[in-house]
Amino acid sequence: MSDAQNPPVSGGDPAQRNHSRAVLEAPDIHRALTRIAHEILERTKGAESVVLLGIPTRGATLARRIAERVAQFEGRKVPVGAVDITMYRDDLRLKPARPLGHTDLPPGGIDDKIVVLVDDVLFSGRTVRAALDALNDLGRPRAVQLATLVDRGHRELPIRADYVGKNLPTAKSEKVRVYLEETDGRDAVLLVKEVAR
Amino acid sequence: MKHLISAGDLGRDDALLILDTAEELARVSERSIKKLPTLRGRTVVNLFFEDSTRTRISFEAAAKRLSADVINFSAKGSSVSKGESLKDTALTLEAMGADAVVIRHSASGAPHRLATWVRGSVVNAGDGTHEHPTQALLDAFSMRRRMGRLEGLKVAVVGDVLHSRVARSNVLLLSTLGAEVTLVAPPTLLPVAVENWPCQVSYDLDAVLPKSDVVMMLRVQLERQNAAFFPSAREYSRRYGLDRQRFAKLHDDAIVMHPGPMNRGMEISAEVADSPRSTIVEQVGNGVTVRMAVLYLLLGGAIGGEVK
Amino acid sequence: MIIRNARILGGDPVDLRIDNGLIAEIGPGLGGETVFDADGLLALPGLVDLHTHLREPGREDAETVETGTQAAARGGYTAVHAMANTSPVADTAGVVEQVWRLGQEYGHCDVQPVGAVTSGLEGRQLAELGAMADSAARVRVFSDDGKCVSDAVLMRRALEYVKAFDGVVAQHAQEPRLTEGAQLNEGEVSGRLGLAGWPAVAEEAIIARDCLLAAHVGSRLHVCHVSTAGSVEIIRWAKSKGWDVTAEVTPHHLLLTDACAESSPVGPYNPIYKVNPPLRTAEDVRALREALADGTIDCVATDHAPHPVEDKETEWAAAAMGMIGLETALSAVQEAMVETGLLDWAAVADRMSCRPARIGRLSGHGQPLRVGSAANVTLYDPSVRAPVDPGAMVSKSRNTPYEGMTLPGRVVATFLRGRPTVLEGKVV
Repeated sequence: MSDAQNPPVSGGDPAQRNHSRAVLEAPDIHRALTRIAHEILERTKGAESVVLLGIPTRGATLARRIAERVAQFEGRKVPVGAVDITMYRDDLRLKPARPLGHTDLPPGGIDDKIVVLVDDVLFSGRTVRAALDALNDLGRPRAVQLATLVDRGHRELPIRADYVGKNLPTAKSEKVRVYLEETDGRDAVLLVKEVAR
Repeated sequence: MKHLISAGDLGRDDALLILDTAEELARVSERSIKKLPTLRGRTVVNLFFEDSTRTRISFEAAAKRLSADVINFSAKGSSVSKGESLKDTALTLEAMGADAVVIRHSASGAPHRLATWVRGSVVNAGDGTHEHPTQALLDAFSMRRRMGRLEGLKVAVVGDVLHSRVARSNVLLLSTLGAEVTLVAPPTLLPVAVENWPCQVSYDLDAVLPKSDVVMMLRVQLERQNAAFFPSAREYSRRYGLDRQRFAKLHDDAIVMHPGPMNRGMEISAEVADSPRSTIVEQVGNGVTVRMAVLYLLLGGAIGGEVK
Repeated sequence: MIIRNARILGGDPVDLRIDNGLIAEIGPGLGGETVFDADGLLALPGLVDLHTHLREPGREDAETVETGTQAAARGGYTAVHAMANTSPVADTAGVVEQVWRLGQEYGHCDVQPVGAVTSGLEGRQLAELGAMADSAARVRVFSDDGKCVSDAVLMRRALEYVKAFDGVVAQHAQEPRLTEGAQLNEGEVSGRLGLAGWPAVAEEAIIARDCLLAAHVGSRLHVCHVSTAGSVEIIRWAKSKGWDVTAEVTPHHLLLTDACAESSPVGPYNPIYKVNPPLRTAEDVRALREALADGTIDCVATDHAPHPVEDKETEWAAAAMGMIGLETALSAVQEAMVETGLLDWAAVADRMSCRPARIGRLSGHGQPLRVGSAANVTLYDPSVRAPVDPGAMVSKSRNTPYEGMTLPGRVVATFLRGRPTVLEGKVV
């Protein structure tokens, strides 16, 4: 999440940039999300009281995609929403004030539900920590689980994902960029080595 | 954005960012836990040299909902009433580590002066007859919520424009956001050179009302009568008050606003003030939300030396 | 003693021999002991200020006769008129003599006290004008400056009464009712800033009335610190009638506008620009410059008004009105009038030395630099340009409006009756 917050650098195909390589292409992403949807159904016994909450921006998109797949497989609509964690971040003082994302709870709320948080990249775990705090102010779920498209390691907090699209070993200096059709015009996950300027 | 002193300092993008942030924060006010941890450890001082319980409470609620520490410093009964200068007060606040000072002062320009003496952010909560930018922001926010847009909206601001900080800030902000403002007042209550402001001017309320989407009534102080700005409250009310007959001239979707406190029966009749097309009560709630947005955008990120 | 190589009013370098405080000889290569080698500096007759606030007695925290006259000398002045709004007010022979004696004692420049027109500046009863005129201070200029003699009858009587001793009433033209609570020139800027407007008509209405009164009683009127284009028109009209009306303009009204309150090097709403009368518009500045050039306005007067820091480091409305000006006057006039081609140095000498001395009936000052004149000489270098440094000023106060600006020129030396009061820019 922390890496993928920024949209791609404008100009040119992102894959053409120096020192970046695609680690997931569109079909890989589709397969990973399908697998996650199946796993959620399995682990939550049919996803009966599941609420999918994505962390904006791309986590929210992924949550909607997972919800579509669950609906396809089970013929049932899973409530889906978004939880913005900006106001709960622990690194607010490191950057100028950020614009807020959109928090959008499904009509039934989250009380006594199994909330599956969805994010694009799991890295330090700080975003998820902030999301847990935000949930605390929004209601009292029965359980909270975590789904992520990419787990790139380097955790700084005792947090792990319940559903992982791809475990991706990375160097700490590398960046993981997630591109999604809805926001970026294409599906891809790139591993970028920052070039020293 | 370091300070919020004049609505004129806000570009279109800045103003929209504040309104959009407020829109997100409005949802926080709707939930059972209305508090956010965002400004934990920040100190906001409410420095009020004029009595204004409503504005102070609004800022206080906004700061507290963001978990800031709030210090209320009112001039009455404090060192200020013993003759301490604004500068010395500023240096005292500085020593207390104020990250933001919200100032209300009877002298136009006092927030500008304060900003030269403190390191923290300065938020103008009304200075003399100059500006009241957060009022304009909450007015714009209320208008956008009710009317769905600001661009092209026709807004009549009616009353004592000469002495009104609300009018000044609204003209600046609304023109930035694409609304068309018409100031309506007797000639004695319009500033010299108002024709150069980014708005229209009229002396005739009845002519302006049918063309207006929003009518904002300003408070008129009865003391103005003694300084011969108008002959009597009765005459003022007849020519510039919004009563039932005038209200009927508005088109059906038009709304009525008032920054408060109202003089019922003077610039606005009770039935107009209490009508469903009056936003006067929701303006108060929106005030907290908009002020949260302002405090968040001023204090929610890195301040000064905190930037890496 | 000889001042060498001075360019009188910008002419060719000559030497001036000074004996017993008078200019004894002028010419190239004079023999004798050199007091000062001007090395081509401009020589002007010692400047005379018709309008200075020395603050003593009463506000010695802002200025004293000693520091104020040091500032005057450093600005090239050899005589100043000390305004009457001290505490106690200079409305008796006793107070004006005290101020006059202090001036004599310190000797940085001559101090000519101005007497109050009305007792306590209260605008109710004439002060003892004759007693002040007959005192050792020989008062000829009377003014309630800071306040307007707004009562038409009182003004008429004062104008008439001072004729007995060739006095003049210097009016601070400000209609009080039109300026209640006024903060800044009424116009576009005051409207935007939400500062109570100070209309031009408040000044112009009084000037028009006073010109008519002076004509009616056949007396002399001097108008202090003219600040508006409309005032200029009225004075021009009065002079065209042959009436004995004179007027002054301050350096700051020739150089600054009300826009300074909105944006300046020292930030918006900085009351360093708060002054009475207020800074006006660019159009007014243009009219004032033209009027000074064509003689409608007779002279430049500083209205040097020192205030302690705490009276200016406040919000605008709470701040004291006024700005210091003695040490920057000549530079400001060079910037506004000489650099713009409106005045040459001979005309500057006329407006800053000769005419003010004549209006104030001050003998021994304002004389042209020629043999037999008092040796009051200001040596000035118009070729330099430097940022104004309030810290370098010798006035006790620092409320100069020119901080953050650069101005041309520098007073290098000042001589009062042949005695140096300033050398190399330093008070002797």
